[in-house]
Amino acid sequence: MATPAYETHEHDVIVIGAGGAGLCAAIAAAEAGVSVGLICKSLLGKAHTVMAEGGIAAAMGNVWPEDNWQVHFRDTMRGGKMLNNWRMAQLHAQEAPDRVLELERFGALFDRTKDGLISQRDFGGHRYARLAHVGDRTGLEMIRTLQYHAIHQSIDVYMECKVERLIKDGDRVAGAFGYWRNTGQFVLFKAKSVVLATGGIGKAWKYTSNSWEYTGDGHSAALWAGADLIDMEFVQFHPTGMVWPPSVRGILVTESVRGDGGTLKNTKGERFMFNYIPEFFKGETADSEKEADAWYENKKDNRRTPDLLPRDEVARAINSEVKQGRGTPHGGVYLDICTRRPADYIRKRLPSMYHQFKELAGVDITREPMEVGPTCHYVMGGVRVNADSTAATVPGLFAAGEVAGGMHGSNRLGGNSLSDLLVFGKRAGQHAALYAKNFGGQLVADRGQLEAIARDMLEPFNRSGGENPYAIQADLQDTMQTLVGIIRTESELQESLKRLEALRERARKVRVDGGRVYNPGWHVALDLSSLLTVAECSALAALERKESRGGHTRDDHPYTDDTWGKVNVVLRLRDGRVQVSREPLPEMPAELRALFQEKK
Amino acid sequence: MATFTMKVFRGQPGQGDFRDYTVEVEEGMVVLDVIHRIQATQAPDLACRWNCKAGKCGSCSAEVNGKPRLMCMTRMELFQPGETISVAPIRTFPIIRDLVTDVSYNYVKARQVPPLRLKPPDADGKYRMMQEDVDRPQEFHKCIECFLCQDVCHVIRDHEEHKPAFSGPRFFIKAAGLDMHPLDTRDRTAWIQSQGGIGLCNITKCCTEVCPEHIHITDNGIIPMKERMADNFDPIVWLLRKFRGQRKESA
Repeated sequence: MATPAYETHEHDVIVIGAGGAGLCAAIAAAEAGVSVGLICKSLLGKAHTVMAEGGIAAAMGNVWPEDNWQVHFRDTMRGGKMLNNWRMAQLHAQEAPDRVLELERFGALFDRTKDGLISQRDFGGHRYARLAHVGDRTGLEMIRTLQYHAIHQSIDVYMECKVERLIKDGDRVAGAFGYWRNTGQFVLFKAKSVVLATGGIGKAWKYTSNSWEYTGDGHSAALWAGADLIDMEFVQFHPTGMVWPPSVRGILVTESVRGDGGTLKNTKGERFMFNYIPEFFKGETADSEKEADAWYENKKDNRRTPDLLPRDEVARAINSEVKQGRGTPHGGVYLDICTRRPADYIRKRLPSMYHQFKELAGVDITREPMEVGPTCHYVMGGVRVNADSTAATVPGLFAAGEVAGGMHGSNRLGGNSLSDLLVFGKRAGQHAALYAKNFGGQLVADRGQLEAIARDMLEPFNRSGGENPYAIQADLQDTMQTLVGIIRTESELQESLKRLEALRERARKVRVDGGRVYNPGWHVALDLSSLLTVAECSALAALERKESRGGHTRDDHPYTDDTWGKVNVVLRLRDGRVQVSREPLPEMPAELRALFQEKK
Repeated sequence: MATFTMKVFRGQPGQGDFRDYTVEVEEGMVVLDVIHRIQATQAPDLACRWNCKAGKCGSCSAEVNGKPRLMCMTRMELFQPGETISVAPIRTFPIIRDLVTDVSYNYVKARQVPPLRLKPPDADGKYRMMQEDVDRPQEFHKCIECFLCQDVCHVIRDHEEHKPAFSGPRFFIKAAGLDMHPLDTRDRTAWIQSQGGIGLCNITKCCTEVCPEHIHITDNGIIPMKERMADNFDPIVWLLRKFRGQRKESA
């Protein structure tokens, strides 16, 4: 077979992914004066960040002067059930306010307080109203602001370009190889350093708030390049996704609905969250409807409603209500904001929720309750990074945003994702630029390596009689949904691994019809290898962790176990197999530990 | 469950035609679901763009029965069972394949809009803006860049020759949003007239009609801008401005 042709681009730094983290990284690297290439799988401005709704968590103290980084740090660690990388959580809490203000200087128009400062709203697990927001379309404001700032910097943007593999030069990551979706032609990016900002893995589940892009490309590419992944057992099921009609099942219903006064009810009309307050959060949670109702009006003298417990708690509670027969016929529960808030308030604060339910479900949320249930939303696990520099365990590789692990521990608080993107995206760009400046060697790409990848990619066109890629993808999503869902058991996890192996076998024979020009069937076929890899990683890590914590609940190990609270489950590729190990969590210094002893 | 015949455009630059697909449609499905079903079962290589499937990203623009729409927000219940529904790519931009078009025109125009030029902060280093002042530009910030307004705009839909010197409604409201930004200090009038080409717009409001975000593109964005341009040629307004000195710095 002839050598497949490819074009070549060279940069000091390439950033893979153009959501919040990737754009911040590219902007920061360009500011540092190096040449930057920004690669996006979709068109610029369409990345997953655009769908973020609620807001950016940052202890700015605009609404509550009592708020500060220590409180935000404490909330984040407690929300993650203390499994977070403490240093990441600290940097995040300290730097988020400055990053929000930077976004404002780039042109973002946040909703305002009466004094003309950035307004902040309540969200689950956050002690104070802390989320800088724009109605319920904060992600759109964020990505558009960063996008329009970035296009005026010296950044080369490569749109609709999918990276298949990272390229290595010895131990070092030396670039990336992929294809243009428009033409199907191959492209090589040579780079001194590479930032992964590829987002998550949620497309491995059937009911998900994630788009087609979330196939774990960055997680897999890092693993294949020799980097460590951590915490892959922790997958966040957002408690409130749409459940009806079937075609919209999984689409996100923002937590802001509850932050702004919405309550969860079962079919008996009970506000069931009062039955699910864990010991860990009893001190700060209202235990009667009376106190919870009073909290909406007077937050100083009342404890917050259990509707705003961290997402893992609420998702498990909804799951349990439905299992016990108190769910709606469509398998959800009710989320009601119309009995507490007037129609005008709802339309002003939650315009896109109003629009989404009206258009897609024929439900007017100012008059009737929404039907909601858990949906796969976010992976806490990801590439193991140095907290300060975001460097992965392979030289030349950096990771920021959802693809990086550690920041959120076993469960992410709402609002902490957008702030994570801003804080660590910028750090990744700065450190990748620094690495590139200090790099003295030549940029080399081994042709043999590239040709092998290119041949693999074209293989599905040459097969006859193989299987349809969409069928394999659907079966994979079914497998993960039923066997690696919110509640897990050893036997089901074992079964999932068997089925994934069978799916891998089928994927080896996948067949693609048509040509290379914008062929979604081919794109789905190529994404199968990363999707299968992250699915296997998630199942292996879930099997390893024999306790329940945050976004990982084991029916056969229902309690949180302190010894497991001191270790990360680490995955790495050795001799072509994913190896699982337990490694100690970085230890928190005494002055930060003290923050948890003061307030119970 | 009902059966529909979908006429979907299949083709590449310079060639192509509508092809019929018979599809079973269930309650609540939108046109994008139907396209996905065709991909999964009948035509795996049928090209279309999509991301969020909730009207937030603006990727799945197409012309459904000739009308520019987001496929993800077009419910099949709009149509009668048995009806034939056509799905074509947005016409104003060159076709890449099937329902996917080359929208790079918009990314070129985006870079030409003179960006924000920030005024200095308050004495304490903070920026203060009142909600009432932010409300107006926030309307334009709702734009999801689906480019349906660009697609339907007569100036470029039927006149390829206008494309070099016309930026289209999307970028008129981008400029309007910047002009109304409480912290901005730049005057974009010269750009709007020259590269923006706003003079070619004859306010037929087609852009406003197709906007899935219901942005008042014409009334709140284009018309005020045109009025300001007219003011620039009004000698009395010009004199007044000269004396009062209220003019933004030029782009």
